[in-house]
Amino acid sequence: MPGKTKHTNRLGLILLLCGILLVSLLVASTFGAVTIPLSDIVKMVLKKLAVFDLPTAWSAAEETIIFQIRLPRVIGGALVGAALTTAGVLFQGLLRNPMADPYIIGTSAGAALGAAIAMILPISVSLIGFGLVPLAAFAGALATVFLVYSLARIGNKTPIISLLLAGFVISALLAAVMSFMMSLSDRLGLNLKVVYSFLVGHISVASWGQLAVIAPLVIGGIIGARFFALHLNAFSLGEEGAAYLGIEVERDKMAILVLGSLLTAAAVSISGLVGFVGLVVPHAVRLVLGPDHRLLLPAAALVGASFLVIADLLSRTLLAPVEIPVGVITAIIGAPFFIYLLRRTRKEYAL
Amino acid sequence: MTSLQVRGVCFSYSNGLVLHNVNLDIGSGEMVALIGPNGSGKTTLVKLISGVLQPRRGEILLDGYDLSSLDRKQIARNVAVVPQQFQIPFAFTVTDVVLLGRIPYLRAFAKESEADRRSVARVLEITGIRELARRRFDELSGGERQKVILAMALAQETRMLLLDEPTAHLDVAHQVEILELVKSLNRERDLTVIAAIHDLNLASLYFERLVLLKQGRILADGTPVQVLTENKIREAFSTSVDVTRHPLTGTPQVVLLPSDYSGHRDGGVPVIQADREV
Repeated sequence: MPGKTKHTNRLGLILLLCGILLVSLLVASTFGAVTIPLSDIVKMVLKKLAVFDLPTAWSAAEETIIFQIRLPRVIGGALVGAALTTAGVLFQGLLRNPMADPYIIGTSAGAALGAAIAMILPISVSLIGFGLVPLAAFAGALATVFLVYSLARIGNKTPIISLLLAGFVISALLAAVMSFMMSLSDRLGLNLKVVYSFLVGHISVASWGQLAVIAPLVIGGIIGARFFALHLNAFSLGEEGAAYLGIEVERDKMAILVLGSLLTAAAVSISGLVGFVGLVVPHAVRLVLGPDHRLLLPAAALVGASFLVIADLLSRTLLAPVEIPVGVITAIIGAPFFIYLLRRTRKEYAL
Repeated sequence: MTSLQVRGVCFSYSNGLVLHNVNLDIGSGEMVALIGPNGSGKTTLVKLISGVLQPRRGEILLDGYDLSSLDRKQIARNVAVVPQQFQIPFAFTVTDVVLLGRIPYLRAFAKESEADRRSVARVLEITGIRELARRRFDELSGGERQKVILAMALAQETRMLLLDEPTAHLDVAHQVEILELVKSLNRERDLTVIAAIHDLNLASLYFERLVLLKQGRILADGTPVQVLTENKIREAFSTSVDVTRHPLTGTPQVVLLPSDYSGHRDGGVPVIQADREV
């Protein structure tokens, strides 16, 4: 049966992508200021998980590096990549726009402004392992989406076009406030270097506690997104077409926006604004695997996770000890690739 | 059995009233065309019957059930809609698009079953596009796309099919092909068909019952012979026409009269001034 083969292929593909992610995580963990052999990392993890009692062939310092620095960072990178890519697939599918990215309805501007305000506040808060800046970025992203959604709402409907316009206008407004703050950085006590690092993206995971909060949010978000896969397929026909296929359009639109925004906000809180992943990876995976969201969503999440783990590895090691912002790496890989895609598909998007 | 009752339905967009107290009873297995000038409310009526718009006043009953009491999924299992045109931004194959028609029957994490695939194979066969199955939807011609959309609607396996200007962007060959197909589905599968259609002659050729709308009101409702009269068409469209008979089927055919010919008519027979053409 052809259907059967297809099903088996899909499962095999997802397993293959899981394998690639695992290898990326391990490889990314070996490199850094100190190179720690892959075999030692595997043994360390197995020992830590109490799977096997293996002889300790590594130093305590190496173990500290792996468990306190490298693993949190590479896992954080994987979560950020998966979250941004999933959000990208959700927004591209819902807005029927292959150029949409996770930040399209204002999350980036909101998160950046939230973070900048937190940076100048003379208070120090720590909530479940998070400092004020990631919390404010998270809150800023969600508050902006809420504002954009309310502004775009006309009666009991939220037309896609008003959503895009409201997102654009609010982003512009918040970006202006941000620029204003940056121009007054001396008086406000705003550290431009820190702001800059947030704007270009930089994965910073301070503790396992942060991952314990982000991971359920991201994994839950991805499972939630998968729940809407069929609905997103229906949205390819437009809102009216989706309604004809039995989709409760306004309810699903809101749910998909909430999921996409939560995923984006979760990512932004530990990485700042990493660009291109959420735009390019969904697009690339769609080109290869086709537009069925039931396969696209999990596959893109896994590819996005691996992509960002590798990009972060390059950002730490290419010019070590100088760290290139991961957003710069994703853009340097992403932009030429995106241009290649545009040229390849030029016929379809030509005006 | 799918019958439809539209009872005292009023509807308005924010810019003004579009439908005034529309009453319409359509029995199971009927093939009805909604005709009338642009802005007369044909499309709005189709959207109300499909449940994507809700009446401001009045009610629409589907097999006796108030449409507003049914959820979208229930409606999608009973009423399928073929709109004028679909743009699909992603590279779906024809099979992918037709499979979308099975969505009203799938649960969130479900895969299409063998039954769903058989249903798709069947509608591809019925619509005569089996050989397009693996082609990309966005690479098809307008006529082929419309057949794919029709196949998708048929995959919903409903007893009622709504069409909103299904032939508006097609050449004559495809217009005839689509309507022949719909007509045969109506006859052979007892599918209830309601179509908004602006071409009066196509409506006359393929539909048993025409509902003529003007400014949101039903002006006439009956067989093509009853509805397509010179007076009623002039009243609805504010245009002078001549109504003749189709040479083969005998159904009324509407002939347009350019304004400079309107004074040269004699007893309903158009005066053809061939010499002026040369």
